[in-house]
Amino acid sequence: MTSQHPQSLWSQLEPLLSKVQKPARYIGCEDGAIVPAYGPGKVSWLLTYPDTYEVGLPNQGLQILYEILNERDDAVAERTYAPWTDLEELLRARRVPLFSVDTHRPAGDFDVIAFNLSAELVYTNVLNCLDLAGVPVRAEDRRPEDPLVIVGGHAAFNPEPLADFIDVAVLGEGEEVIGELNEVIRDWIASGRTEGSREGVLRELSKVPGAYVPSMYEVEYDGPALMAVTPRYPDVPATVEKRTVADLAEWPYPKRPLAPLTEVVHDRLSVEVFRGCTRGCRFCQAGMITRPVRERPADQVRTMVRDGLKRTGYDEVSLTSLSTADFSGIADLVSGISADSPPDLCGQTSINLPSLRVDAFTVGVAAGVGGARRSGLTFAPEAGTWRLRQVINKLITEEDLYGAVESAFSQGWTRTKLYFLTGLPTEQDVDTLGIAELARNCVAIGKRHTNRASVTVSLGGFVPKAHTPFQWFGQNTVEELRRKVDLLRDATKKAKGVQLKWHDPRASLAEGIASRGDRRIGRVIQRVWEMGGTFQEWGEHFRVARWEEAMAAEGLSPDWYVHRHRTEDEVLPWDHLRAGLHKDFLWQDWQDALAESGVEDCRWTPCYDCGVCTGYGIEHVVASPIPPAGGSQGTGQDLARGGEIPVQLAVGRRGPAVPVGGD
Amino acid sequence: MHLRIKYSKLGKVRFTGHRDVARLWERALRKAEIPVSYSEGFSPRPRVSFGLALPTGAESIAEYLDLLAPRDLDPAEVLASVQAALPAGFGVLGVMEIDKASPSLQEDVVACTWEFGLREITEPELCEAVEATLAASELPLERSRKGATRVDDVRPTIDTLTVASSEDGPVLHARLATRPRGMRPGELLEVMFPAVPDTGELAGRVLRTTQLIERDGAQRDLFPPDAAVAGHTNAVCA
Repeated sequence: MTSQHPQSLWSQLEPLLSKVQKPARYIGCEDGAIVPAYGPGKVSWLLTYPDTYEVGLPNQGLQILYEILNERDDAVAERTYAPWTDLEELLRARRVPLFSVDTHRPAGDFDVIAFNLSAELVYTNVLNCLDLAGVPVRAEDRRPEDPLVIVGGHAAFNPEPLADFIDVAVLGEGEEVIGELNEVIRDWIASGRTEGSREGVLRELSKVPGAYVPSMYEVEYDGPALMAVTPRYPDVPATVEKRTVADLAEWPYPKRPLAPLTEVVHDRLSVEVFRGCTRGCRFCQAGMITRPVRERPADQVRTMVRDGLKRTGYDEVSLTSLSTADFSGIADLVSGISADSPPDLCGQTSINLPSLRVDAFTVGVAAGVGGARRSGLTFAPEAGTWRLRQVINKLITEEDLYGAVESAFSQGWTRTKLYFLTGLPTEQDVDTLGIAELARNCVAIGKRHTNRASVTVSLGGFVPKAHTPFQWFGQNTVEELRRKVDLLRDATKKAKGVQLKWHDPRASLAEGIASRGDRRIGRVIQRVWEMGGTFQEWGEHFRVARWEEAMAAEGLSPDWYVHRHRTEDEVLPWDHLRAGLHKDFLWQDWQDALAESGVEDCRWTPCYDCGVCTGYGIEHVVASPIPPAGGSQGTGQDLARGGEIPVQLAVGRRGPAVPVGGD
Repeated sequence: MHLRIKYSKLGKVRFTGHRDVARLWERALRKAEIPVSYSEGFSPRPRVSFGLALPTGAESIAEYLDLLAPRDLDPAEVLASVQAALPAGFGVLGVMEIDKASPSLQEDVVACTWEFGLREITEPELCEAVEATLAASELPLERSRKGATRVDDVRPTIDTLTVASSEDGPVLHARLATRPRGMRPGELLEVMFPAVPDTGELAGRVLRTTQLIERDGAQRDLFPPDAAVAGHTNAVCA
């Protein structure tokens, strides 16, 4: 009765799905799913999110590329996600390969398998997906007919730990470069993918700006030190620059947002309001690698919200960015969206601002967001004292935070969540303990409005990332992070209304190994995978012993890769890959951090010459030259102006989907 | 205005769960711009209630939901607009107005009929199992709920069992009572084939065909055909 594609694995899968948890994540059939139009001369892409469907389905990057590829007449794209361990076991036992969720084609039949890497702990899942697809995990073992393996996303800015397994890493935004890659691949396929031609197409791909082909580069070491990464051929670029879309208005994607048939982590419409962030938080890789700020025109946002809600039937929309309250005219936008909701229909549209700052949000906006549902709000002070917040350049004062919390509780919220990092550069115990004090004071403010007031402190272990001013910082050891967690645990134990949740410090070690590693870490990742270490973002599957064993077996030192402070003159594994930021700018910012000196937001103040705008000939695209009302984030604005209480709810850093460890 | 909607769930979407189906109906009603009343309180919910949960993996041509609309609606218009808004695999089979005082779906339904497409079983084997099952005076079944296991006699919940043939093999038709505690279609296969270790593999297809209510001592279809605007099953998701 169902017409199946001849290559579909559905009839083999169907009997397995009755035996696994949440089988709906393997069926596809979403609102917005595109029926792929296969045909001669088309490059087929399998866009893969190497974590579960629930985590991966909402990913906007993947949805955008899915549409852009399917709109081309020389490409077709389907999607897949990492199957959970119960299905994996059945697939392996019955020799059924990994499949696309759209038409259940075998993954190995695609011309390209492209992974979205939003975090480092998914690396072992990349290997596992390739293996389940029947594709050799090591790039050197692949034959011309095997799929090309491409990675992109934030973690691809240091792809060296994956260099052994991938064919291409794409730096930066994919909207434009994906078409350029497709053309090279299309021509190669048309030429017949002859024996030995794989190296040729990889060399061609390495010339596409933004594309990095690890196999085209030699690496030199001197003992543990990395000495150089140099191109093997004269026509391969010595450095690879990231790609950036100059004008978001030209890319109103996704136009057909996916609405899944089963529950996912962000089960609502998402509309991206801007890219980039110049707040300059020094720990935040996303803020550094996505510069400059490019706002989407407010009218386009409203249209995308209106159309998206109509298409999907959602009653909730997230306005996404790294710091949504910084969007020019955010208050007008929020009230405009509310005004657009159909009056007679099923309830009110909830507007969700997932990344807001404490200092850039007025009570007017607080009243407009949340709609009917007003349960929890998240604020991200990140550090417990003003001194440490200057070090990390998260320039929000205690008054900012208290004002925000006051506004939230006064507007009917009963729970707030505060995100903090521990293990930050120069952190002292007084900083760690400052977190407890902030939390207690927030509860006291909340109690003035509701007896139910509670504050959850979510504590993450800081992992330094490539292309940030903290890339030279030696990450805290597991013992040190654990000591700080215990310190805070003791300090909050008796605080009524304060709950502490923390990230497993051992997972931070593994993340540290994968984040700033060089190519030698590839063997470690392969060993961890071979020992069964998949789904490392999931506490129930994470074992630090696998990582420690793998490091020891490869003769590599966690201290060298993770815990030591790196020096100004050393070659970093990602020095040949560029996010546009001058290395001397980052070094100077690191020195400023150690001197406890903050820098202002260059959107509204003079340029610091970080290198991005000048280097790429692009500019901030900001509708208003005036910083948002309120806030002490280097804007020189007085918080205490009558009536305008700055609120904020926001984060620059995302935690893992399911926290590892914690209480 | 209270409306009752009958719908089908066929094809790949059979792997969605009861809660998934509730969520996607809420979205479909909003897409179709059908006004639905909301509950009061801290966390308002649309006033839509669903009948007996269909086991994940089973298909159906007899699913129901009731909704409360804040104003009068034309059932035919509701049918057409909701059908266009539902994902492939879900078809609106009928829409009817019901009395405000109607008992809820959960309270009213006394039995369901099921169709099982069986594999790895021959027709004579099936007939033999049906006879043995119907002849049994009691059929103990071990069940666990909330961590506690207990043994129930499920024989009283089996109303009828009949066998038919099809091109794909034998077909079992069953009418199973929903009270005191409903028997799941999978449980029927467990008691019918005690020697088969994994009866989950036996059923290539499980289809709910009707939901029955009792009026004046007789069972009849929950949805009398003359009382409703009728639709049809929808294309399934390929």
